[in-house]
Amino acid sequence: MRTTTAPTRTDETGDTRFAAADKAASTAARRLRWRRRGLVWLARLAFVGFIVGGWQFCTGWTPNGSSTPLVDPFFFGRPSLVWQRTIELFRDGTSYGSFWFDIFTTMHEAVYGFFCGAVAGIVLGVVLGQSAFLADVIGPFIKMVNAIPRIVLGSIFIVAFGVGSTPKILLAAVLVFFVVFFNAFQGVREVDRNIVANARVLGGSSLQIVRHVTVPSALTWITASLHTAFGFAIVGALVGEVLGAQRGLGLIIRTSQNRFDPNGVFACMLVIAVITLGAEFLIGLVEKRLLSWRPVDQSTWSGV
Amino acid sequence: MSSTTTRSASAHPSGARIAVTGLTKRFLTPSGSAFTALRDVTFSVEPGQFCAIVGPTGCGKSTTLGMVAGLDRASAGSVEVGGHEVQGVTRGVSFMFQADALLPWKTVLHNVMLGPILNHTSKKDAAAKARDWLRRVGLAGFEDHYTHQLSGGMRKRVAMAAALINEPAILLMDEPFGALDVQTKAIMQTELIGLWEELRPTVLFITHDLDEAVALADRVIVMTAGPGAVKASYDIDLPRPRGAVQELRYDQRFLEIQHHIWQSLKDEVERAYARDAAVPA
Repeated sequence: MRTTTAPTRTDETGDTRFAAADKAASTAARRLRWRRRGLVWLARLAFVGFIVGGWQFCTGWTPNGSSTPLVDPFFFGRPSLVWQRTIELFRDGTSYGSFWFDIFTTMHEAVYGFFCGAVAGIVLGVVLGQSAFLADVIGPFIKMVNAIPRIVLGSIFIVAFGVGSTPKILLAAVLVFFVVFFNAFQGVREVDRNIVANARVLGGSSLQIVRHVTVPSALTWITASLHTAFGFAIVGALVGEVLGAQRGLGLIIRTSQNRFDPNGVFACMLVIAVITLGAEFLIGLVEKRLLSWRPVDQSTWSGV
Repeated sequence: MSSTTTRSASAHPSGARIAVTGLTKRFLTPSGSAFTALRDVTFSVEPGQFCAIVGPTGCGKSTTLGMVAGLDRASAGSVEVGGHEVQGVTRGVSFMFQADALLPWKTVLHNVMLGPILNHTSKKDAAAKARDWLRRVGLAGFEDHYTHQLSGGMRKRVAMAAALINEPAILLMDEPFGALDVQTKAIMQTELIGLWEELRPTVLFITHDLDEAVALADRVIVMTAGPGAVKASYDIDLPRPRGAVQELRYDQRFLEIQHHIWQSLKDEVERAYARDAAVPA
């Protein structure tokens, strides 16, 4: 005689009543997820609308008895004028020529600087992370250089290398280097000792251990730093151009400043923001590719 | 005490002899004083023998193992493996740790391939060998999984395949099953014994668990509470092949031996506990 009250499984697919309930529950959960995503986007749009709309309103609204708007667009710009200026820049270019070429110049400097700085940072970080002796010797000097406001180096580079793209690449590379270096160094330090010991016992040489264990293990740290590093590369290139350049977005920002044209500055900032977001997206893709082995974060699951 | 271990006739020991003589290890504590972890440890393990070391926490069991592997240097005394004194990392040794030493960014197959690859075997041969080993530990079909996708017992199987693929003369195991649940532990012990009986490397197996030591080993060495020294050595005369470890636990002879060794181990465990408890946390 059967004494169990729980439904017994009849075949491989399980009880049909459960299957139906599971399906209904997951459909409902999926709908809920979509609704939440929609709400998030709606809230984001509302936020942008509030900021940009408020700015537009305050630079246009004149309080009673005042001759100028609440916030003077002459100093602070105005969203509609920024947009207009952006279109002008793309359509008419500047007195130096096509705006596209300025974008290209800045990007070229930032990307070169990014690569040079990142490679140098990774190599030196891994080497110093490996050797406790070298790390002890060079450690204080690195900290010292890190304490210097490195933007100032831009002036030296301009004096030494002229107004071409070399000083901007160098400045971007220096800024990127430190971010990547410290992360690579820390990443190498955090490698699991058991794994290294195991690889050594299995017969791995130092070089093999670096290739098979240390670098892949530190990669999580390194790729995390690349996001911030690209931002720094752009900063380096722009500051270099503001200090002295023949082409580039930084030059346009400086000329706009000299002409009391805040809209021009904001237009350049808008372009830079779009570029940086694009680069961020690309770095995210690379990161995903390199770290595809990582487990899916459990927090992205949701209870049903 | 004479060795009365019975061995299955088919197995040829492929292991190397381990001889530890007067081994002493001191550490410098952060406060600058010397701390003796091991004092004058002497024992030897015959080729193809399965030797377990039991002892209370902190008696320097792992330190001993590290020095046999050549990962750590002795303060005094010597370790000989296969007649050669250990200097630098010992060749022909594999290590299994309590924590996984698997690479989370490599698939199961590539983890097992690591040994041959580090020894300059071609990728193709290494992969073929690794597939064979994964089949032998019952993980065929899991080649492309990452380690975080496996259960604790399966990860241990991968570690076992990765340790045995180089066909080591010596297998060093530092509480390899310490973190597993009781059922999985028993299954893994049975599998280990099966593989060991096939390959017959010399095994040095560290554990807290006396049952585990008696069930698996030919010989059990009991170590004193720190500083560690060899207190006694017991030959385990349970016949081989021993079969499933779960069944063995009810064997009359097993219980006798276990009880006998426990009398010796108990004092050391109590002393280690009293010492640790006396230290204000």
